Amino acid sequence: MSGHSTYQPKTGIERWLDARLPIVRLMHDAGVSYPVPRNLNLLWTFGGILVFMLVAQIITGVILAMHYTPNANMAFNSVEHIMRDVNFGWLLRYLHSNGASMFFVAVYVHIFRGLYYGSYKAPREVLWILGVIIFLLMMATAFMGYVLPWGQMSFWGATVITNLFSALPVIGETIVTFLWGGYSVDNPTLNRFFSLHFLLPFMIAGVVVLHIWALHHVGQNNPTGVEVKDVRKDTVPFTPYATIKDLFGMVLFMLVFAWFVFYQPNFMGHADNYIPANPAATPAHIVPEWYFLPFYAILRAIPDKLGGVLAMGGAIVILAFLPWIDTSKVKSMTYRPIARQFFWMFVLVCIGLGYLGAMPADEPYVTISRILTVLYFGFFVALALIGIFERPAQLPTSIADSVLGGSGARLAHATASEPQAKG
Amino acid sequence: MSLRLSLAGLAAGLALAVGPAFAAGDVVKPPAQSWSFSGPFGKFDQAQLQRGFKVVKEVCANCHAMSLIRFRNLAQPGGPGFTTSQVEALAQTYQIKDGPNDSGEMFERPGRPADAFPSPFPNEQAARAANGGAYPPDMSVLAKARTYERGFPKFVFDIFTQYQEQGPDYITALLTGYAEPPQGFPPLLPGQNYNTYMPGHLIAMPKPLNDGQVEYPKGPDGKSPVPETVEQYAKDVSAFLVWMAEPHLEARKRMGLQVMIFLALFAGLLYFTKKKIWSRLPDHASAH
Repeated sequence: MSGHSTYQPKTGIERWLDARLPIVRLMHDAGVSYPVPRNLNLLWTFGGILVFMLVAQIITGVILAMHYTPNANMAFNSVEHIMRDVNFGWLLRYLHSNGASMFFVAVYVHIFRGLYYGSYKAPREVLWILGVIIFLLMMATAFMGYVLPWGQMSFWGATVITNLFSALPVIGETIVTFLWGGYSVDNPTLNRFFSLHFLLPFMIAGVVVLHIWALHHVGQNNPTGVEVKDVRKDTVPFTPYATIKDLFGMVLFMLVFAWFVFYQPNFMGHADNYIPANPAATPAHIVPEWYFLPFYAILRAIPDKLGGVLAMGGAIVILAFLPWIDTSKVKSMTYRPIARQFFWMFVLVCIGLGYLGAMPADEPYVTISRILTVLYFGFFVALALIGIFERPAQLPTSIADSVLGGSGARLAHATASEPQAKG
Repeated sequence: MSLRLSLAGLAAGLALAVGPAFAAGDVVKPPAQSWSFSGPFGKFDQAQLQRGFKVVKEVCANCHAMSLIRFRNLAQPGGPGFTTSQVEALAQTYQIKDGPNDSGEMFERPGRPADAFPSPFPNEQAARAANGGAYPPDMSVLAKARTYERGFPKFVFDIFTQYQEQGPDYITALLTGYAEPPQGFPPLLPGQNYNTYMPGHLIAMPKPLNDGQVEYPKGPDGKSPVPETVEQYAKDVSAFLVWMAEPHLEARKRMGLQVMIFLALFAGLLYFTKKKIWSRLPDHASAH
């Protein structure tokens, strides 16, 4: 949707700069005149929220790094030093640790939104794959960040997760030794994880630029999944329409964020991580952070170690192939009566797996995990099959029609369940 | 070492340790206490923190370190509210190892407010040797390091009720939970004590508190305003442990209220601004 630029340099200095480096034009085209579908609901504000979270995490993280000591003997106490003695250190640290959780809350909403409205379908396949790459980088970053306080869960989480690589044939053990920088999780591991934890967010930022570039090239999807036909009727300029709506969504999100930071700062953490790391004492239950739990449940559901690792990796990688797995031409599940039911079942399966990931590896949890793992992958099989025989509801002729009535009026029953764009 | 292996090993170890009838699943949930510092407007009860400190100093600190706490912390805002001169006087009652001096010798000197509380044992091995092989954990963040399983759906409600006092509830229950083992419980070995609330019921720490053990400050009538009982000691100690673990709790909740009010008002203004801006669309009136 990158159409003709409407930027008009007004002053002499703007014209001078525009002829040499059209950066103001770039920002104007991307952030002011960029046309967005007029029917976006509040779920579409999560892209902006995620950019905000990334920036917030980088800012708080850089300041925390000024006070943190990545040494196995000092890391735990240096975090406590931040919590006790650094001015507003408790605020920085709680913003950063809860920020990671809220980042994942936002990214999961963003991903499920993309799933529901078929945002992965042509021409947005590359946009979607870039998103999966960002998701993987986020997981790596969050995992290594959780190791830094060097508490019991940091240490044992790192031990369990890095050990997964040893399941790979031939090269597995070498990879693990390389990750650890030795023959167990120790000071060299902490040092390299700190270094990578600092590096990866900037790689995320780089892929985010590509993600936004791809988005601005193909244009945003929308709740009807019908592509923009007439820019004048179907879209509104990004500023002020989308900017104000994104800002509103962001502040609502900040309210939730602030609730946790100020009132429940340790709700999403684990009490054992306030016990300094002790290689001689294994915690009763080793539990990863909540945002990894569904994948952890899949890992444990497979009785074979290598199989578990492959299933866990596959559960994420399969997302990248979704554009080609889903056979339906209709994007939005609002118009897909059967796929929609499978979607909500998939949401429940993911929540169920998350719950099981936090439970001990005993019966009946193991059996239920296995059933849900099958259902998790079954969703993708279903998407491949449903598209063949499903009869979708009639699509509106255009975005404008869906908003303003017109020939799309008979869809009212289908859209009623969805939050509407108009506030 | 795979996770399944370590979990299985652990379960087997626990089963061996406590016997099949009292396996790890046998956990008694501690009752919820009422705390002055809970909820969005929570504040520490200064008198309670001062009492708690007295018990900690006279009883707990004989075995447990609190190495992250400095004497000066006792006088900082949002804490027990000791005065600077009280803290200086307290610090001077401790001998702190310092040095080396100009001749290369380590020496002892009276404590200063900037010093951390000296630990009762020089290292973990010494602590274990003096405590029958068990290591009394450092108390500095203990209130955040102890919890119990809330379970579904309680943990969801906790988001809204702001319940987060698992640590002090558990510690209070533990300190008051010493009892005779029930019929059929395997005989206790030397160094083992029965506790209702300890997971698995076996705890190395002997019953630390008894009624009347610590003398509380007297009120104008010559009597302590609160009972000098194990229950009261346990609550006061737990409150003090929460303050040690979270010394900026009051500042955090106070700022939280300001932030929430600001964000709520800001969100309201943005909502109406958004409405106004979107109403400018020429065909808006015909939209639903």
